[in-house]
Amino acid sequence: MSVLAVAEHRNGEIRDVSFELITAGRELAEDRGEPLHVVVIGNPVDHFASELNLDGVDTVHTFDRNEEFNHNVYLQVIVQLVDAIDPSTILLPHTSNSLDFAPALAVRLNRPIVTDVVSIKTEDGLIVTREMYGSKVETTIGIRSDRSVITIRPSEWDPTIAPGKAAVEAVNVSIDEDAIRSTVTGFGEVAAGDVDITEADVLVSVGRGIDSEENLSLVFDLADALDATVAASRPIIDNDWLPANHQVGQSGKVVSPQVYIAIGISGAVQHVAGMKDSDTIVAINSDPNAPIFDIADYGIVDDLFDVVPEVIEQFDL
Amino acid sequence: MKILVTVKEVAEVYDDFEISGLEVAESSLNYTLNEWDNYAIEEAVSFAESNDDVEVVVVSIGPQRCEETIRMALAKGADRAIRVWDDRLTEQSLVSPNVKATILAAVAREEDPDIVLTGVQASDDGFGATGVALAEELGYEWAAVVNALDIGSDSSVASVHRELEGGIEEFVDIELPAVFTIQTGINEPRYASMRGIRRAQGQPLNVKDLTDLGLSESDLDSSIHLLSMNEPESESEVRFLEGTPEETATELSGVLQELGVKE
Ligand SMILES: Cc1cc2nc3c(=O)[nH]c(=O)nc-3n(C[C@H](O)[C@H](O)[C@H](O)COP(=O)(O)OP(=O)(O)OC[C@H]3O[C@@H](n4cnc5c(N)ncnc54)[C@H](O)[C@@H]3O)c2cc1C
Repeated sequence: MSVLAVAEHRNGEIRDVSFELITAGRELAEDRGEPLHVVVIGNPVDHFASELNLDGVDTVHTFDRNEEFNHNVYLQVIVQLVDAIDPSTILLPHTSNSLDFAPALAVRLNRPIVTDVVSIKTEDGLIVTREMYGSKVETTIGIRSDRSVITIRPSEWDPTIAPGKAAVEAVNVSIDEDAIRSTVTGFGEVAAGDVDITEADVLVSVGRGIDSEENLSLVFDLADALDATVAASRPIIDNDWLPANHQVGQSGKVVSPQVYIAIGISGAVQHVAGMKDSDTIVAINSDPNAPIFDIADYGIVDDLFDVVPEVIEQFDL
Repeated sequence: MKILVTVKEVAEVYDDFEISGLEVAESSLNYTLNEWDNYAIEEAVSFAESNDDVEVVVVSIGPQRCEETIRMALAKGADRAIRVWDDRLTEQSLVSPNVKATILAAVAREEDPDIVLTGVQASDDGFGATGVALAEELGYEWAAVVNALDIGSDSSVASVHRELEGGIEEFVDIELPAVFTIQTGINEPRYASMRGIRRAQGQPLNVKDLTDLGLSESDLDSSIHLLSMNEPESESEVRFLEGTPEETATELSGVLQELGVKE
């Protein structure tokens, strides 16, 4: 048996999560005494293979296909590869593309799937850790099957950069083009607009805790008082209270200002992905257990409607 | 055309909560409609309003408690509802995405919808796997993390936008029948009207167990089990500012000035 990691790329480059995936894969393969295989599907596939030839990888399987990502193609290639190498664990990054593909792979291979895991231990079977309830609760899950599909949370493992001595092999599979029932027709950008929150030194970022569109004026008043720029978590954008280019997070912008002030934001993993590298993080939240406090430098556990006006007053003096 | 919408009543934990064994204590939980499913319902109902002969059916796996939440979907404009429950599900420490997909697929085979809408994920367990697993179970095509959905006039192909990371989206044409997992923000979910809420009380809500669906206990077999549940240990180095709002605000202002804010 072996561990099989499915690499992800975009725009001709391997994505960082794939290098983290190799770390998770190597650790697991070492624990289990199994080789680590990596598969990459796309083009230019030789370029991808050389980028993935990293410490701990035994074999990189390549499939040349001039297409960014098509779940039908991925499924067909990987199912046939799995037939050939019978991996115990199939590892994927917990990303938009894996959301579109990993569960189907698990069902087709008749394997259990556990997603968004933050640690993997080998005992009697595998024991994985994952969070629930917006990161407020941590669970461990036992997988009582020799074969499973696991997606790992981005940024939990360090990327592997040390070069390796992997064999590179083209996967010899045939694609049934009739089974491809989806066609990618193009790409676009969600966010357009005037302000660039990635340029700001100080961000005042507002979340669902603000409760209503009218209350946003409070946040703009604070930003005025601090000479700061206003950003937001996703629900504010979903509600159309602010344009999409204000959104911080996995599907929005990645920011790293000198000061990030999170107001009424819980700190969901997809939000944190976009702001964790800020120099100083301040959080104002009425819930002492809000995960945002795990990454904050300064915290105030209180009602934002009581605290924020006081801060504005201090600066307006 | 028929659209099947899967909905889940999710649990939210209160700010102060207690864990007892493998569960969050019932007294620390508040039940509500999954945020993502709310957008899926809206997508189905608004499509039905602007097209002829569209039936919207909602299906939920859950105990009787969920009926209030299911009625909320009816009040927003769905035509009828199905609730699946079986006491054997309570014996599971965790209902896996594979098992949920098996159950929902049994319902979908009976209903034979053209389109199935699910949420991208449920806010409580957050697997984000059920919709796409369901598609594969059914042999339907699918797209995940959909933030725009345009169902073609001849009902054979839908054009969707899939949200990727970093503000990028992918445009995909998908052959029907298909499952789409709906992302928040795709539309503006309505509030149920008083009239809708009254009407929903009289709308059909069928309850089915595994036997009704032609499933057996072995279909619930799962190889994943919950072993423990705890509050995450925080490695946080946060400095909490304490006191009245005036005191914490004053201290924060000092901190911000030291950091060079508004020099
Ligand atoms: C594929 C995918 C991509 C996503 N991408 C993003 C993304 O790019 N960016 C993003 O932000 N999210 C993203 N999300 C959504 C994410 O999972 C969360 O749902 C979202 O970040 C929650 O936003 P929030 O913290 O503002 O709201 P909530 O989680 O509802 O938190 C609100 C907070 O406000 C606090 N609060 C309430 N009232 C008060 C008060 N009066 N005073 C003080 N505090 C108060 C509460 O205690 C709570 O902690 C994505 C999700 C998925 C599935």
